[in-house]
Amino acid sequence: MTDLSLSNKAIAGKTAPPAEARSLRLPTQWLGVTPFFIFAVMFLILPTLYLMLGAFQNEAGEFTFANIVALFSANIVAAYWISIKVSLASSLIGAFAGLAVAIAIVRGGLPDWIRSATLTFSGVASNFAGVPLAFAFIATLGRLGLVTVLLNTLVGLNLYAHGFNLLSFWGLTITYVYFQIPLMVVIIVPAIDGLKREWGEAAATLGATQAQYWRMVVIPVLWPSFLGTVILLFANAFGAIATAYALTGSSLNIVPILLYAQIRGDVLHNAHLGYAIAFGMIFITGLANIFYIWFRTRSERWLK
Amino acid sequence: MKAGKFWAWVVFILGAAYFFIPLIATVEFSLRMRRGVYSFDAYKVVLGDSQFQATFIFSVVVAIFTILLGVLIVVPTAYWIRLRLPQLRPVVEFITLLPLVIPAIVIVFGYIRMYGSNSPLPFLGSNLGANALLVIGYAALALPYMYRAVDTGLRTIDVRTLTEAAQILGAGWGTIITRVILPNVLIAVLSGAFLTFAIVIGEFTMASLLNRPAFGPYLQNLVANRAYEPAALSIIAFAITWGCMSLIQILSRFAPRSANRPN
Repeated sequence: MTDLSLSNKAIAGKTAPPAEARSLRLPTQWLGVTPFFIFAVMFLILPTLYLMLGAFQNEAGEFTFANIVALFSANIVAAYWISIKVSLASSLIGAFAGLAVAIAIVRGGLPDWIRSATLTFSGVASNFAGVPLAFAFIATLGRLGLVTVLLNTLVGLNLYAHGFNLLSFWGLTITYVYFQIPLMVVIIVPAIDGLKREWGEAAATLGATQAQYWRMVVIPVLWPSFLGTVILLFANAFGAIATAYALTGSSLNIVPILLYAQIRGDVLHNAHLGYAIAFGMIFITGLANIFYIWFRTRSERWLK
Repeated sequence: MKAGKFWAWVVFILGAAYFFIPLIATVEFSLRMRRGVYSFDAYKVVLGDSQFQATFIFSVVVAIFTILLGVLIVVPTAYWIRLRLPQLRPVVEFITLLPLVIPAIVIVFGYIRMYGSNSPLPFLGSNLGANALLVIGYAALALPYMYRAVDTGLRTIDVRTLTEAAQILGAGWGTIITRVILPNVLIAVLSGAFLTFAIVIGEFTMASLLNRPAFGPYLQNLVANRAYEPAALSIIAFAITWGCMSLIQILSRFAPRSANRPN
């Protein structure tokens, strides 16, 4: 059902037959949107297509799958795998923690100022990524970070002796969670606000307990927007490079850093393999976003 | 009910701890430059660094041009889509969401390959061209936010009536957009502008790969080579982001709720 309507809409939007028919009579209609389309084609669509096509060509410009096959070499697969793991872990942790915070501030009976302060802070923190964020975590959980030192002197717990390292999978995940939780809060709070009072009252009238109300009403209604947001967070983490690069230099082999090194100095000694890596990134984020749109259309049915 | 409130507080306090401890640690670290006492030395060193001033000013100028370019592209398009070509809305919305799907590093990689100095459009052949390409790239990155903000603003005014009224008074399209529509959605445009500013000011990937002397790459270089100055800069960067978001919040209080008032 959803599939059909969505694809129909996409097809209708792309070909837009009525608009084209009208444009024959009134070409001036289109002048208003021409700059936008020129911009989009030149600086978004063509550069991406260029890489997409390049991924399927060899040095001589002939069609080949060799670059895509080369993606499955151990080094590159490892990079994709750790990127996917970090993105998945940070999006899941960020999503559940963000949901908990959102429920706490919307439904938890906390004072009003906490709700507005949290929302403002979330707006800030979800945009606080990159080098400054990386440094904040170095100052906190690095070898000489505040928490590391305090734990060591106060409790005698040496994090690094226990195998913790900020420049690792978990270190990167904990850092990413810093912008993932606020993003979740910003997106999911309106969805929780959209839960109508009447539903709770109706459930109570029918004799539902609080637990039943949550299990049979709240969770099914929130589920699609929750899952959709998880996917958005995933894509958000997957493309991020500045935070990881500032945190780990090139010691952690994630895809964006590999691509960065490839663009900078052709470390893979094959220009078209670089295109293939870019293609792989778009393939994964694109796939994630198709799911996102699908869940989004499902959730909007309820939250009108 | 009591239990619920207790858990809400627990969640809130845990969250607050996670978010504030790194900030406190960074502040504490930034004050430790002078041995034994807390001082603002790191801030003084950073703010007095000529490279900091140069890169920061460069990024501010780039941000301003990005906002101008974004407004120039988005406002007429969003207006026109609302007024005359609503059937194009799904296409335009899809395009504006592309930068969320295509990572910035991929977009800039495409630019480097397409607009290199040997290409028909050699943006990267000159300094000015490379700066222009950086502005264009940032405008592309900010497109989802700018479009969303302006479109929300347009939704709250009656575009059709305003346009017709202006036309009856003899206004041309340029006048309608600059003197009727833009002032009416100014608050929405400014929200988009501040968000763009927050995104652009410390951006690293595009600036670094296009070899621009921007604030992001400077910051990155400092983290790799210094101890206390990056802490001071992180706090400054956080304050800038905070400032932008607060301005958006304040502006949203002045925004009209809805134009379709029942009369």
